[in-house]
Amino acid sequence: MTFHQPVQDTPLLRVTGLTKHYGARIGCADVSFDLYPGEVLGIVGESGSGKSTLLASLAGHLRPEFGRIAYDGRDVLAMSETERRRLSRTDWAYVHQNPRDGLRMGVSAGGNVGERLMAIGGRHYGDIRAKATDWLGRVEIAADRIDDRPSAFSGGMQQRLQIARNLVTAPRLVFMDEPTGGLDVSVQARLLDLLRGLVRDLGLSVIIVTHDLAVVRLLADRLMVMKSGHVVEQGLTDQVLDDPQHAYTQLLVSSVLQV
Amino acid sequence: MIRIENLSKTFTMHNQGGAIIPVMAGGALQVAPGECVGLIGQSGAGKSTLMRMVYGNYLAASGRIMIGDLDVAQAAPRQIIRLRRETLGYVSQFLRVVPRVPTIEVVAEPLLQLGVEPAAARARAAALLAQLNIPERLWSLSPTTFSGGEQQRVNIARGFAHRYPALLLDEPTASLDAVNRAVVLDLILEAKARGAAILGIFHDEAARATVCDRLIDVTGFMPKAAA
Amino acid sequence: MTDQAYNFAYLDEQTKRMIRRAILKGVAVPGYQVPFASREMPMPYGWGTGGVQVTAACLVPEDRLKVIDQGADDTTNAVSIRKFFQRTAGVEVTEATAEATVIQTRHRIPETALSEGQILVYQVPIPEPLRFLEPRETETRKMHELEEYGLMHVKLYEDIARHGEIATSYAYPVKVEGRYVMDPSPIPKFDNPKLGGNAAIQLFGAGREQRIYAVPPYTQVVSLDFDDHPFVASKAPHDCDLCGASESYLDEVITDDQGSRMYVCSDTDFCATRQEAGHHGRLGVPQFSSKKIAKSLEGFCAAEGVTE
Ligand SMILES: Nc1ncnc2c1ncn2[C@@H]1O[C@H](COP(=O)(O)OP(=O)(O)OP(=O)(O)O)[C@@H](O)[C@H]1O
Ligand SMILES: [Mg+2]
Ligand SMILES: [Zn+2]
Repeated sequence: MTFHQPVQDTPLLRVTGLTKHYGARIGCADVSFDLYPGEVLGIVGESGSGKSTLLASLAGHLRPEFGRIAYDGRDVLAMSETERRRLSRTDWAYVHQNPRDGLRMGVSAGGNVGERLMAIGGRHYGDIRAKATDWLGRVEIAADRIDDRPSAFSGGMQQRLQIARNLVTAPRLVFMDEPTGGLDVSVQARLLDLLRGLVRDLGLSVIIVTHDLAVVRLLADRLMVMKSGHVVEQGLTDQVLDDPQHAYTQLLVSSVLQV
Repeated sequence: MIRIENLSKTFTMHNQGGAIIPVMAGGALQVAPGECVGLIGQSGAGKSTLMRMVYGNYLAASGRIMIGDLDVAQAAPRQIIRLRRETLGYVSQFLRVVPRVPTIEVVAEPLLQLGVEPAAARARAAALLAQLNIPERLWSLSPTTFSGGEQQRVNIARGFAHRYPALLLDEPTASLDAVNRAVVLDLILEAKARGAAILGIFHDEAARATVCDRLIDVTGFMPKAAA
Repeated sequence: MTDQAYNFAYLDEQTKRMIRRAILKGVAVPGYQVPFASREMPMPYGWGTGGVQVTAACLVPEDRLKVIDQGADDTTNAVSIRKFFQRTAGVEVTEATAEATVIQTRHRIPETALSEGQILVYQVPIPEPLRFLEPRETETRKMHELEEYGLMHVKLYEDIARHGEIATSYAYPVKVEGRYVMDPSPIPKFDNPKLGGNAAIQLFGAGREQRIYAVPPYTQVVSLDFDDHPFVASKAPHDCDLCGASESYLDEVITDDQGSRMYVCSDTDFCATRQEAGHHGRLGVPQFSSKKIAKSLEGFCAAEGVTE
């Protein structure tokens, strides 16, 4: 048995001083962090603390006023929209809280999963279908549901379908906004397990926004705590949860039952 | 392998009037490869706190915690993640797992994280579970519904799956019957024999006598001012 | 006789200039949908007001106009548009494809090969090929701009998944000159191969949607498909019962209450010309002139309320 996995010494994503206002109100302010290949970064904070704003700014859905985002050494904010959108459908993935925002409800499950393949030039129906079938299997959706529309799926299945649709092109960076929100607890657990396996097997880098500390405890390597648009604390997930340094984090941790 | 120097720790309770609670000062110890050092001291003396600082779970206020050539007290999160994956194992008192994941996967996971072939990882997991007398019919079930003793054994199997050069053991034999206790002690002796440096907390004096080469009383690291 | 109450070809000169600018832009950027300010025309939208405005902007007094609807010169729609331009522009009209300088069409490309100098004007109901899966106009424009055409293949994928083959048989999407994906209007996919490398100028007008686009002469036009489900320009596997043509697009016509049917060229001029030249098919006897069939089809279409 050999165990040597080289530690990658260049971050996949390097964020510095990212700031986004909504008029006079702060969305997120002066956010900086590095994300390395294979790392899962959790972002927690109360409702309105700027988590989604930060995620949307990182993913290019919002335009921050200040700061830099370097992806794989490339300046994301200086990219043309064409380049950025190309990145969004190849190297990046975005899993929405509500699967309806991330799926095409009028298109079959297979078509949903195949879309990204076709978007990057997939032109062999048989191959696309085989890949879609494989991915449905990976997210535990039976192969015979491939021609059903997502509207015929349960919430948990829709969320898994959304994940398959996003991961089929083997992205390197995945953004997730409350991926387990709105699901009941046993379905959440199943999804978490699935995500952990995918993260490990595909070496994904993930930024996951959630207000569920149990979710980040199980999924995230590192944790960033946000309050009023600012990052008040960041570090190793279990360290931040078990030995929080900032008053706000202490409050956050103490206000949930054992995580 | 493990070298601690001048370690201190305080907790600041921001939501309780900003009270600052010093819990450790001047902590120091060393564990050589192949050696097992036991931590002793009254309840609340700081055994688990020290252990957690070594694992990077608690932040040190000052001092050095060298594991090999990495100072955990100064290390970046990803250095600690790598250390935990490759070098430093930890058997905590409680098993914390994703619900629904089968026991065999829970135990194999540290190896899968290292990129070991799934078949090889599962074979190793199966061997450990068998050795720890977890009935095979339970392997495909999630350990979340297991008894305390069963969970503890799953936790131990997981902690020993990868042959870490350094190991932290927090009461590994606490809720075990005599047979399983003996199995765990064997595992510890086996790890020592292959050169692992082990830091452990054992309430069970007989166990301590079997595996520990030295004992360190952490009461000596309690801050004088607060004591 | 020109109706003097109107400007030549009904539209005022300024409007025609505006439309011509849109046409020129369309010709310069093949397949790109150019917005234009569509005018009210004295006919309902479903009657091809987009095509009519494009024709109006193209016509000069020397032109010879042909108007077809599903290949036929004699349907109500074709007749009234032809009459409209006879009245408002006083141009000559013809049914002979080869003699026309401007041909306005709905749902067909003539069988007879077009030549340089001819203009083929299509009536377009829905210009946006991405519309059915992405209803947001802002998003579809962006997709064109950034050449994000994966969605077009999703539609074809869905077709195959559901029907075992690409079932789209009308308005089959094409890529123009390797750049823009375009809806060729609801022509049968049988006609798609004629879009590419055509000697004529092809102009597309959508009145309600206010878009004009174009395929200039000899432009590359490729029908989208999959490697393992290639595009096939299919037609009914018959010969024309009137003129015996084996290579033309056919309409199926029920001829009596017993359900007897016959297949006839949808292009009436093509069929008649062949018959005059002495070709005949299974039922190619004098009492079945293709014109009569066209008349009966017209009645059928009107009864079914078929428009664009
Ligand atoms: N579109 C917007 N316009 C104006 N203010 C906004 C907008 N979106 C967010 N904000 C404000 O920005 C701050 C950060 O909001 P954000 O949505 O990023 O929080 P969040 O941490 O994602 O919250 P939640 O946990 O509720 O999703 C809040 O004060 C919020 O009210
Ligand atoms: Mg949010
Ligand atoms: Zn014929």
